[in-house]
Amino acid sequence: MVDLINVSYDTQIPNNVGLSSDRKVLKALEKWHPGYINWWNDLIPEKFQKSMVYLRTAVSVDPKGWAKFDYVKMPEYRWGVLLAPQVEGRTIPCGEHYGQAAWQEVPGEYRNMLKRLIVIQGDTEPGSVEQQRFLGLTAPSLYDMRNLFQVNVEEGRHLWAMVYLLQKYFGRDGREEANDLLVRSSGSEEAPRMLGAFNEETPDWLSFFMFTYFTDRDGKMQLESLAQSGFDPLSRTCRFMLTEEAHHMFVGETGVGRTIEKTCQVMRENGIEDPYDIDKIRSLGVIDLPTIQKKLNLHYTLSLDLFGQEVSTNAANAFNAGIKGRFQEHRIDDDHMLKDATYTVWDFEDGKAVQKEVPALTAINMRLRDDYIKDAAGGVGRWNKIIEKAGVQFELKLPHESFNRKIGVFAGHNFDPDGKIVSGAEYDAGIPNWLPTHADGDFIQSLMVPVTEPGKFASWIAPPKVGIDNKPGDFEYVKLHMA
Amino acid sequence: MSKVIDFQTDPSKYRHWKVEYDGPVATVIMDVDEDAGLFDGYKLKLNSYDLGVDIELSDVVQRMRFEHPEVKTVVMKSGKDLVFCAGANIRMLGGAAHSHKVNFCKFTNETRNTFEAAEQDSGQKWIAAVKGACAGGGYELALACNHIMLTDDSTSSVALPEVPLLAVLPGTGGLTRVTDKRKVRRDRADIFCSIEEGIKGKRAKDWRLVDEVIPNSKFEETVAERAREFAANSTKPDVEKGIELTPLNRTIDDKGVHYDLVEVEIDRDGRKATITLSGPDADAPGSIDEVVAQGAEGYLLKLARELDDAIMHLRLNEMELGLWVFRTQGDPEQVKAHEDLLLANEDNWLANEILQFWKRVLKRVDVTSRSLTALVEHGSCYAGVLAELLFAVDRSYMMEDEFEGDNRPIATITLSESNFGRYPMGNDLSRLETRFLGEPESLEKAKGAIGEALEAEEADELGLVTMILDDIDWDDEIRIFMEERASFSPDAMTGMEANLRFAGPETMETRIFGRLTAWQNWIFNRPNAVGENGALQRYGTGVRGEYNMERV
Repeated sequence: MVDLINVSYDTQIPNNVGLSSDRKVLKALEKWHPGYINWWNDLIPEKFQKSMVYLRTAVSVDPKGWAKFDYVKMPEYRWGVLLAPQVEGRTIPCGEHYGQAAWQEVPGEYRNMLKRLIVIQGDTEPGSVEQQRFLGLTAPSLYDMRNLFQVNVEEGRHLWAMVYLLQKYFGRDGREEANDLLVRSSGSEEAPRMLGAFNEETPDWLSFFMFTYFTDRDGKMQLESLAQSGFDPLSRTCRFMLTEEAHHMFVGETGVGRTIEKTCQVMRENGIEDPYDIDKIRSLGVIDLPTIQKKLNLHYTLSLDLFGQEVSTNAANAFNAGIKGRFQEHRIDDDHMLKDATYTVWDFEDGKAVQKEVPALTAINMRLRDDYIKDAAGGVGRWNKIIEKAGVQFELKLPHESFNRKIGVFAGHNFDPDGKIVSGAEYDAGIPNWLPTHADGDFIQSLMVPVTEPGKFASWIAPPKVGIDNKPGDFEYVKLHMA
Repeated sequence: MSKVIDFQTDPSKYRHWKVEYDGPVATVIMDVDEDAGLFDGYKLKLNSYDLGVDIELSDVVQRMRFEHPEVKTVVMKSGKDLVFCAGANIRMLGGAAHSHKVNFCKFTNETRNTFEAAEQDSGQKWIAAVKGACAGGGYELALACNHIMLTDDSTSSVALPEVPLLAVLPGTGGLTRVTDKRKVRRDRADIFCSIEEGIKGKRAKDWRLVDEVIPNSKFEETVAERAREFAANSTKPDVEKGIELTPLNRTIDDKGVHYDLVEVEIDRDGRKATITLSGPDADAPGSIDEVVAQGAEGYLLKLARELDDAIMHLRLNEMELGLWVFRTQGDPEQVKAHEDLLLANEDNWLANEILQFWKRVLKRVDVTSRSLTALVEHGSCYAGVLAELLFAVDRSYMMEDEFEGDNRPIATITLSESNFGRYPMGNDLSRLETRFLGEPESLEKAKGAIGEALEAEEADELGLVTMILDDIDWDDEIRIFMEERASFSPDAMTGMEANLRFAGPETMETRIFGRLTAWQNWIFNRPNAVGENGALQRYGTGVRGEYNMERV
């Protein structure tokens, strides 16, 4: 176990922020750390806490330093506090302070807005760990188990990064918020996580892959826009987090891809041409493509909701204040202030979805969502390549953004996945074909049997092309603790 | 504003007032020099006044109390034949920026309150001897006196013509004093306030607009008789000699304003003024006689005068400094000892005057339209009267525990009896009573801590400060608070603070500073008064103001 009395923060916590000489943050971290370790210990089944996991640890921000691989027990993971190196002469990239020197301290007038953004971002990090806490028990391989834990510890580290910012820059309020991050918990009735999507348990591995592909990608977009912040420490923190977030996308994309690959392989081996021959496909221990499409529909639409309202004053304020930019703000060729610019957003008028021009400043969320949609489409194309290569006649599609929405202008209206308004009856009839049913869930659950022998995989998923850290196929990614 | 408005003056410099002393009776004669306006562009005709006239009046009132404690009755009259006073100069108002009008009204209100309270506070009773036209601000001067005598010459009248003539209000307490102090029936007050020519003779007396109406032939005589009579009936003890209010030692430069005991440091980028009050450099005098001997050099009087001047300076000359930060440095025990000596001798005239003066200065703080903050740092001397500042400000921050590299004595707050009623606010409650309006038990607890040097945790426990902060948080929290405060709309801040500061009951004073002033300031922003064709602009052109007839 971690020796909490004698934590040498400067040596045990990899950091590039001068932790050992920063009395303020040290004192705050010392108070916070035990609560964090408790949180972690309560969360992860004991068997896994004591297992040795082959994890990547970031120990510094240079390319060599942020991917050191070794076996470690998760609670002893070295939760680095690492910020991307400071860029000399960086200026505020957007809003009314455009071009002024980036803030190295929190500007008093935006303190609360910044704090709120950081708290919301921070709240999602432990939230996803909580949602995924039992997945280790049904991991389809040691390789996948290791990837799950890698994602978990990195979400944990991202929590550290946000807590560091809160403790370093937001005084007493910040410390209280940092503590509350450990008080709230996913799915809790007393104190749930702030965003709805982080209060749903991740029930199975396909959900996990979909989550890391779609929902973590929302996280990535949020980090991208915070990386454009005029508050330099936030920008630097998020830039470094993005290097880790890329791995989560990888886990999601390859996880779904390997599931598809196995389904197609089994279909071919058994001469099944019709992807809708669901019972037969399922009887062979793989997940049929229409069900994968339904899972995709669900996770994609939940993730779209995370972007908030199409027209948002909060987002406009944050952009104008220069504390949150757009995706790759520096590559956009405009005044970066959006003084007169407009942007096309969806609205709902006279019973149908229409597109409208609104002041671009108020459409910041929508723009980020559009960038997200483009970004998310890439992996779907690669999945289709796998299907095509296997000679199966099926194409996965992102549903129309009006489908299954709980937030924004489409909420409360019956759209089908193609974006067509349908009647209530049509909607009810369509839903079992569009979104996973409980029966689908039962079936997927039935496949979730743990496989813990090195190099072996569950029936429904193909092995990866390449091992982590180029390890051979039978590498023991997790040395399970046997009680 | 390029021209610095100076609130320091003395009788040798007066242009508008003369004061004659005759034993217990003083006569204050208003004789405004029409060519000596504070700014260009208007003439102070008919004994009309501007801020400069009022600064002198304020000085008269103050010196009357400190330099002439033998005075028991003060007669205010006009030095001109046909007019008592025509009120605030309309051309000055028409040409002034909104901010100046507001500050002008606030200062004149404070001065009216001061001579109005002179009877109760110091036994100096003011009589208005009204001969000639007494209109608008002129009648408001009279209203603030304790006794109004009007000559019955068939032309002299009292009037509040602001509404019909200028489309503004009698805003220097006029409307409020007519109903609250003179207790004029509201329908009569309604008539009185809507007619230009005012009311004269017997009716003025019947309606309680004046106390006496006197035949013109006997006017001077009766006024003199009444003054002597009031003086003779006064319970104010005889005092042979006052003290001299010597000029303040003050320099003003780019960095701020510097006095012996008060240091004002200006941070224009941060829109902030830091006002540091020093503790005494010596033990309290051994006796009250010594305090009298020290005169204007005595610690608490000198500090009050310097602070008062600093407040006025910042209010009128530094309008963009929206945040005032009070600090103190010194020995709290010494501060308390100085105050204790006065409290123990409050029947001594000077002790009383100094304590009353502090009451007024603290009220000035209360009604100042700036965000007010106090820092209780190590080495502070917030004891008794200075602790009162903590309860006047919008927020206070106190250092907790030792700070690295700071060897000043640990921050403390020391309450004294005086914090529980000696310096009431405009609402007639002590600041602590107001602070603890919803928790009277906290007031009792605080009383139990009188005399103790309370460190941060105890002060926090007693609810005496907003927030206590240790070494680690202090700089950041304070900086961020100040930056945030400086970024808010000054208008919203003024409105919010003025509303939050005065919890509890209404008094005439709170109604003047709250209700009347707020309505007046609203009207001062409306085109019907100040627009190009508004009444204030058109005054004197022969053309009436043009009004938008929509009721808002």
